[in-house]
Amino acid sequence: MSVIDLEDCPRLRRGYRFQWEPAQGCHVLLYPEGMVQLNDSAAHILKLVDGNHSIGQIIAQLQVQFPSAADLSDDVLIFMETAYARFWLESC
Amino acid sequence: MHASGLNPVSRDQPSPPLWLLAELTYRCPLQCPYCSNPVDFARSSEELSTAQWIDVFKQARALGAAQLGFSGGEPLVRQDLTELVQAACDLGFYTNLITSGVGLTKMRVAELSEAGLDHIQISFQAADETVNNMLAGSRKAFAQKLAMARAVKAHGYPMVLNFVTHRHNIDQIDHIIELCIELDADFVELATCQFYGWAKLNRAALLPTREQLTRAEAVTQHWRQKLAAQNHPCKLIFVTPDYYEERPKACMNGWGSLFLDITPDGTALPCHSARQLPIDFPNVKTHSLQYIWQESFGFNKYRGFAWMPEPCRSCAEKEQDFGGCRCQAYMLTGNADNADPVCSKSKHHEVILAARETAQQAPLGLDNMVFRNEKMSNIIIKG
Repeated sequence: MSVIDLEDCPRLRRGYRFQWEPAQGCHVLLYPEGMVQLNDSAAHILKLVDGNHSIGQIIAQLQVQFPSAADLSDDVLIFMETAYARFWLESC
Repeated sequence: MHASGLNPVSRDQPSPPLWLLAELTYRCPLQCPYCSNPVDFARSSEELSTAQWIDVFKQARALGAAQLGFSGGEPLVRQDLTELVQAACDLGFYTNLITSGVGLTKMRVAELSEAGLDHIQISFQAADETVNNMLAGSRKAFAQKLAMARAVKAHGYPMVLNFVTHRHNIDQIDHIIELCIELDADFVELATCQFYGWAKLNRAALLPTREQLTRAEAVTQHWRQKLAAQNHPCKLIFVTPDYYEERPKACMNGWGSLFLDITPDGTALPCHSARQLPIDFPNVKTHSLQYIWQESFGFNKYRGFAWMPEPCRSCAEKEQDFGGCRCQAYMLTGNADNADPVCSKSKHHEVILAARETAQQAPLGLDNMVFRNEKMSNIIIKG
């Protein structure tokens, strides 16, 4: 997946679970026999991934949440590219 | 705290046991000759009760465990499996069922799904029905596995297919991968046999040659490229046998660093094989998991680097591989403190070279293997 479509509505791939882990002090992505520790920005993005919101809407919502941040599009697009490439996400 | 004073407990708390493996039982309908269970498993037929297991899950979750594997033996022989899965899911674990598929039914797949089970891993012995059934010691195993792999996917689970590869099936790796893709596996583990437990007994019949291994890796790489070109989500994981390496594996990512294994009778181990070591490991029936993980002698024995003799002690790579595997050092050199003999710096490395030579010159056939069953385990116990 090299080109990300802003209209695309991502959801977590079946068998992937996003949750807060107090012992690790971070959000993680759990999947069959594996786990990825996520940084804060990845966690903020994944909180909005629910299969109902497009990538464009996710960017807009984050921009509202973080009004003092510069344009967040690139950050979100780079994350989406990685997440699709690793098959964490799929399109609805 | 310990009279020997060998390994003072660090004041810093160890990192949490992120991975909990619950070996629910040693009972299993199959007889795979490379099973990682201890060869003397018949010594202990005692199993923790449902309530004891659930208490273990609660304690492990409180310590930070996030992944929980239900394993064995064959975990499906536990009639309370669904109840255990349900309890683990309610605690927030990601739950993995590691099964041979024998004993699974469509109804049970549905019931486990209802209970919240996240993922099912099915192990195969070969992609060929005859070889599979011969290795499994069961005439019906292969057809059952195929049916259950399809049922698992039909229920929408993610699925890992696991093939233990060895000299008698590794040349069919192309066929193995093809079967996995056809069954729509999400992950495929092509795990070259590691020589612990029963596999150690049968090493001369199982260890592939270097040529076989090189070819299998090339075939796997070819499939990876093919899958990538199709943007196919299936991931192929190839586990090389350390017998062909010059440096040891970072076993368990370090002793007592993230992996906690609870055996059927409640003995807590830092890896599946550690029971064979001359260490008195703690039991969940007499100690809390917090004590076991943080304070017990067994879990601190090989933490850190202070225990290391040479050549590990002064080695620049010790923080990468922790001196390798303690069980392998014990099995092959007689002392678990030694460097893993896989390492070419080990003065015992010749035992690895000799095993490679045997694989090349004088391998044993399938019919020379000792199959894993209770009768054989009792014979081994009697010596």
